[in-house]
Amino acid sequence: MAKIELKNLIKTFGSTDVIRGVDLTINAGELMVFVGPSGCGKSTLLRLICGLEDITSGELLFDGVSMNDKVPSERGIAMVFQSYALYPHMSVYKNMAFGLKLANVSPQEMKNRVLEAAKMLQIDHLLERLPKQLSGGQRQRVAIGRAIVRDPRVFLFDEPLSNLDASLRVDTRLEIAKLHHKMKDTTMVYVTHDQVEAMTLADRICVLRDGNIEQVGTPEELYSHPKSLFVAGFIGSPKMNFLTGDIAEKHHCHTLGIRPEHLVIDHLDGIWSGEVVHTENLGADFFVFLDLGIKEPLVVRLDGQQRIPLGTQVNVRPLEEHLHRFDNNGLPITLTSNREKI
Amino acid sequence: MFKKHILTTPEVSSLQRQKLRAAFWFLAPMLLVLFCVAAWPLLRSIYFSFTNTSLTNLYGGEWVGFKNYLTWKTFSSGRTIYSGTLADPAWWNAVWNTVRFAVVSVSLETIIGLMVALVLNAEFKGRGLVRAAILIPWAIPTIVSAKMWAWMFNDQFGIINDMLLSVGLIDHKIAWTANIDTAMLSVLIVDIWKTTPFMALLCLAGLQMIPRDMYESAKIDGVHPIKVFFQVTLPLVKPALMVAVIFRTLDALRMFDLVYVLTPNSKATKTMSIISRENLIEFDKFAYGSAQSTLLFAIIALFVALYIWLGKLDLSGEKS
Repeated sequence: MAKIELKNLIKTFGSTDVIRGVDLTINAGELMVFVGPSGCGKSTLLRLICGLEDITSGELLFDGVSMNDKVPSERGIAMVFQSYALYPHMSVYKNMAFGLKLANVSPQEMKNRVLEAAKMLQIDHLLERLPKQLSGGQRQRVAIGRAIVRDPRVFLFDEPLSNLDASLRVDTRLEIAKLHHKMKDTTMVYVTHDQVEAMTLADRICVLRDGNIEQVGTPEELYSHPKSLFVAGFIGSPKMNFLTGDIAEKHHCHTLGIRPEHLVIDHLDGIWSGEVVHTENLGADFFVFLDLGIKEPLVVRLDGQQRIPLGTQVNVRPLEEHLHRFDNNGLPITLTSNREKI
Repeated sequence: MFKKHILTTPEVSSLQRQKLRAAFWFLAPMLLVLFCVAAWPLLRSIYFSFTNTSLTNLYGGEWVGFKNYLTWKTFSSGRTIYSGTLADPAWWNAVWNTVRFAVVSVSLETIIGLMVALVLNAEFKGRGLVRAAILIPWAIPTIVSAKMWAWMFNDQFGIINDMLLSVGLIDHKIAWTANIDTAMLSVLIVDIWKTTPFMALLCLAGLQMIPRDMYESAKIDGVHPIKVFFQVTLPLVKPALMVAVIFRTLDALRMFDLVYVLTPNSKATKTMSIISRENLIEFDKFAYGSAQSTLLFAIIALFVALYIWLGKLDLSGEKS
């Protein structure tokens, strides 16, 4: 169990500020996901926590103890790398045991721990193989297993699913979720650029942008109450529709946001109307792209049974309680907002 | 014949035939050049070694079989006298010199080269400059550096004697290159000085192939740097190191220029190349020298085959 506290953490490389004063508390046993576009500083933040980068200023605490001057091996952490970082010349067993050999673990204990972790991840039949004889998913399991055997206080994942193909990514995501439920005492920090991974795995999500925290909260909070235009656009797929100009002005805001699933086709009361210019059929969902005469088409989600042919003129009505209004700084307007009723 | 063969093979489609013909014509000039500069001289040397050709009459040689390699005569007294290269103590001295030189120089160059490469692989200010600077010994032509070192090793005026005397490591001036006990040492020092940069560069290329994640993972696990070197770096850099060692061994086995300039005519440093040139050109034993050249070729081929075989054995040993 470790509660991680980041206090005004700053990291600069030369004259470039990468992390610009981050304050964050990660609760013990929680799975926190750092998410953001590339270059937002999420990987750097993770590397500061594990000690692969030195902290320029600010403080990093594990359970109230400063970690600023502790080398990585003294922090009680384990990390899963994007590239897996398995040693190609060592068998799976050796890879998993390599880090343990120095940690004052008896050979028998070491063997037990490796076997236990291998069973948990269903790689116990692969222990004698070399990494090159494994599939991508199996390699990822070995990398996770290598981290598990160290029995860390803090478990770090640096984009662990990026090198896997789409279906394997979903499977491994589930594995990691299961792992989190099993290892209740271990605090996990997970870095990804994929908001779907963040939404599905996280207890809480921390959205980063340009070295600053945009918002921290549960997936539901971020989805329903984004505290900025950036978070509103980043979380959710397909992304939220943003309307500006006259349409927004009618709702007394600079930018009006509405998610595709909060638009209803309504030929009588539909306040916006446009021509269907494109459709996407995903089986369960059917997305319609409407041309409202503004720059971006308006995306509307229908359930998979409905079909609307191209070129049809359609009227849509937004669900008022799900409208997001933002001022010209991209901050939400909350005073008279209907969102407050939820 | 080769061309004819492809053109008449029935199952080859016309497009494939066209491609093969194009490939042949692209390769032909290179094959021709290789034949002229590599295969023909080699074959001719081998042929000469079985004749009694002399330098003054290159086309008048007669076939003598293995006489240049080994022949023996048994006198009526029962005494047998062997002659030919394989019974020549000077030849075996040269073989021993060459092998000793190759083993010592290549081992030391590999070890020092790897150490230099490890330093250059670390990130520090001015690394680019150091990398360029370290190549200077290798970039200087051997003749120039050999002459330079010959002056430094000079028994009367050389800086090496002067320095060693002034710090009290020796009590009299040593004729480094002329003394039979130190000649090989001098050659080794110069060769290691000259070739370590090349070795370091090849090692560095190998080191840079190792992903940084491996080291970071070991760092998080708290693995001792020395253990990381022997259990991670060394096994991963081994393939590159093997290639470098093969290159250097081949070079060392045909060592000629440095010895020729630095320690000419010293029995302690005469290599196979030196002795075969002596016979070919200076002693007018052209066929005899050809036999030695042929043996040199055979020995180098043997070393390469052995080395590749050993390397493969080692690699498969890891797999099991």
